[in-house]
Amino acid sequence: MSQVSELGASMPRLEASAKATGVARYTADLAFPNMLHGAVLMSTSAHARIKSYDVSAARALPGVRAVMTGADIPRKRFGLMIADETALAIDKVRYIGEPVAAVAAIDRETALAAAELIQVEYEDLPGVFTPDEAMMPDAAIVHETFAAYPKNFDCIADGNAISIAQVLSGDPDEAWAEADVVVEGVYETQAQYHAYMEPVAAVADVDGLGRVTVWSSTQSVFRTQICIAEALDLPRAKVRSISPYVGGGFGGKSEPGVQIIAALLARETGRAVKVVLSRQEDMMMMRSRHPARIHLKTGARRDGTILVRTGSVVMDGGAYADDSPAAMHMVLHFLRGPYRVPHLRFDGRVLYTNKLRAAAFRGVGNAQATFACESQIDELARKLSLDPIDLRLRNVLQQGDSWLGKHPIGSASIGECLQRVRSESNWDARRAALAEAPTSKSGKRRGLGVSSVVYTCAYLSTSAIVRLLDDGTVTIATGAVDIGQGSDTAIAQMCAAALRLPVDSVNIVQADTDATPFNSGTNASRITYMLGQVIAQATDDIVSQLFPHAAELLECSVEDVELVPGGRVAIKGVKERFVSFADCSRRAHFKAGGPIIGRGSYVFRVEEPDTELTINKGMMSLAAIGTYVFGAQVVETEVDEVTGKVEVVEAWSAHDVGRAVNRQAVEGQIEGGLVQGIGFALMEELVWSDGQLTNPSFMDYKIPCSLDAPENIHAIVIENPEPTHPFGVKGIGEPPVIGIAPAVGNAVEHAVNVRVRQLPITSERVLRCLLDRGS
Amino acid sequence: MTINARTTLTSFVVNGDPQEVSVTGAQTLLNVLREDLHLTGTKCGCNQGICGACTVLCDGMPIRACLALAMVVDGRDILTVEGGKTDPVLSVVQQAFVETGAVQCGFCTSGMIMSATALLMRKPSPDRQEIREELSGNLCRCTGYAKILDAVALAASRLPIQESAT
Ligand code: FES
Ligand code: FES
Repeated sequence: MSQVSELGASMPRLEASAKATGVARYTADLAFPNMLHGAVLMSTSAHARIKSYDVSAARALPGVRAVMTGADIPRKRFGLMIADETALAIDKVRYIGEPVAAVAAIDRETALAAAELIQVEYEDLPGVFTPDEAMMPDAAIVHETFAAYPKNFDCIADGNAISIAQVLSGDPDEAWAEADVVVEGVYETQAQYHAYMEPVAAVADVDGLGRVTVWSSTQSVFRTQICIAEALDLPRAKVRSISPYVGGGFGGKSEPGVQIIAALLARETGRAVKVVLSRQEDMMMMRSRHPARIHLKTGARRDGTILVRTGSVVMDGGAYADDSPAAMHMVLHFLRGPYRVPHLRFDGRVLYTNKLRAAAFRGVGNAQATFACESQIDELARKLSLDPIDLRLRNVLQQGDSWLGKHPIGSASIGECLQRVRSESNWDARRAALAEAPTSKSGKRRGLGVSSVVYTCAYLSTSAIVRLLDDGTVTIATGAVDIGQGSDTAIAQMCAAALRLPVDSVNIVQADTDATPFNSGTNASRITYMLGQVIAQATDDIVSQLFPHAAELLECSVEDVELVPGGRVAIKGVKERFVSFADCSRRAHFKAGGPIIGRGSYVFRVEEPDTELTINKGMMSLAAIGTYVFGAQVVETEVDEVTGKVEVVEAWSAHDVGRAVNRQAVEGQIEGGLVQGIGFALMEELVWSDGQLTNPSFMDYKIPCSLDAPENIHAIVIENPEPTHPFGVKGIGEPPVIGIAPAVGNAVEHAVNVRVRQLPITSERVLRCLLDRGS
Repeated sequence: MTINARTTLTSFVVNGDPQEVSVTGAQTLLNVLREDLHLTGTKCGCNQGICGACTVLCDGMPIRACLALAMVVDGRDILTVEGGKTDPVLSVVQQAFVETGAVQCGFCTSGMIMSATALLMRKPSPDRQEIREELSGNLCRCTGYAKILDAVALAASRLPIQESAT
């Protein structure tokens, strides 16, 4: 096992200075000689057959070099789970904003002007704009050829359904008879826009060898490569995908943005083409979080012991599947919450509609499930007159318990997380004091609310190649994209710790499908966990090749040497008898054995769920879902009884991170996720009217600004080293966003005695509840 | 003539360097900085004056480069995130952002740093609430603002205390 010595310290991100001085290059900052600029024409119809195109005026505009429509591209579909998309609409459009045609011109203004000149004749079809409409027996069908699309899981679907699934454990029908109390409710969550600050962008170039290279704002250079290759009908080897600095993703850049369009235009013109979306285009064309409606019912004994829970979820997937099945399956997987629930059944259905596609967004599926689950736990506590934290503690998973179908949960620290937020927020005294405090003169009341959080990290596969250079420094290539969360720094820290090198002796290779080995993507909080696994393997591999050289040079046996700090190998216990990595590596490079290269490859795998215990119908495999991560969040809210406005004034967020690689970066993830959670809880919602997005700008779609963030955020880092991991780390990217909405809802109920079951908890909704309460 | 015919000669100073650029009537300062002067540190997050990613200083005042027409800054002194070497307040703010972990994806960072610099030029010792208010026009999706506020407070603590002449 590699030595671990320098982890846990706070250190600035490696690239922080480059970003703070404006030197760091993002996709839109790139330029090539003779580069063209692209523009995309968006569909103006929500559901229509394309009858004809007239591109003559666009082509005739001076400065235009290419105009392409769905008629000019391969009829090849791509997609993460269901291959249902094309880069430009072919035959049909399915949402307003869908790319219909693309232009390359000598500058962006000309390209935009040309796009405006393209005439598309549509034959409008009836649209389906909500899941309920999509489920009607006579509903228009969004994808008539769904059955023929390739899929990568055992998909059950009919009509406009993208996926239908069920999770069943125990005997819920019998169990209700045992329950003393039952709570039941319908919880609704909205379409939230990712709002990464950098709009989607790509630059594509071609060489004389028939290869296309794409630089883009992406969460996965490999998914980008795969999608371009599939859409253009090219072998993978003909597509190179690179990521410069990425200005945030949060799930929204996991699958392609405009890379394929840029690649099509570059191949058509033989020149580099840059495509950068405007904010409005990004909002209309890209993705949102899945809106969900969850009907949930929980039965418990009088003492608070949960016996049974059943529920159903209907989700809006929008016009293309993307990862909609996974998002819905995540809802089913997490609806039980981090509790012992012996009997359960959850049914789910995600549907196509004629709207923007929904997709992964930080806490995919889980955020929706947790809003329902954790709101309902508080409703149960109320009914039983129990303290909400006491009720949770009575039911939490304990060490040795497992998830559905005997899935191992790692360190079951949910109880510890709840205890920490209870003590750090001074929960008992504060809650009592707030409940007794009189309403302020201006009509404001405060409340305190809590939520448990459970998530997974790891997932799928990853790899690393570490090379020892002749001067004893190392270069590490992993294929992981740092989208701002700080993984490059974590990689350098883990690699340096394993080799006992200073962090600045580690050079990170920018994610590049030609230069770095496979990594499935920066999502599902998987990067730090997965990279730790392969870095440990690769550095162990380096050490095993290094030691024989050191032993030769030191004239001792391999068993008698050890790593010492600073890039040295010494005789055990005699650290002044050492050779440097440079000595060994030079010997390898020029005398014996050849250059030293270490490799690591890893795929997360546990047993498929035990079907005796749990039946998963229509679900993707959960054997690669990763290890479990627990947390708890408390918020104090202030509710204005006059206007209904809710504010979060203070927040506590405790997470078992296994082991913090970089404490400052972990706190940054917690603080940032928490404030995104506040946006989800209180203010953000994409709104459509008959398929037309009504608020595609930051003017009309508000995300939290500095005044919306709580004045005090307490990021509480709990460290129970993860037993399945060489460095003990777990992923923490998503959990901080997950519990905020229910915690806010619970705090609002504590403050003013109304329960809001629909997100976002806007002034209007609170006010309506307050008026109902009054009457 | 293409759509983009450049007709007006504009001169201004950017980060201490005099510049002379032919611009179109509709061209924004953001476009000139990024496309003509290749100063790509200033970012475009919305192009509508809302997100603050494009904030630069014009004669010491923060402006949204995506809204400012290039012609209008004729004769002015512009400071961008690339100007740390020429402006001591800016470089102190940049260093504080790096140390406190206020930079994640970095896309809001240059605008955020310019707004913070403008605040500290005007008021070297703001309290936390003043910082929150001053930065409320700069959106950040990554950090939750906590470490950004810490960074500005740290920068303030490192600057000379006296109020600048206004
Ligand atoms: S780009 Fe100028 S304010 Fe957003
Ligand atoms: S650091 Fe990413 S938007 Fe602020």
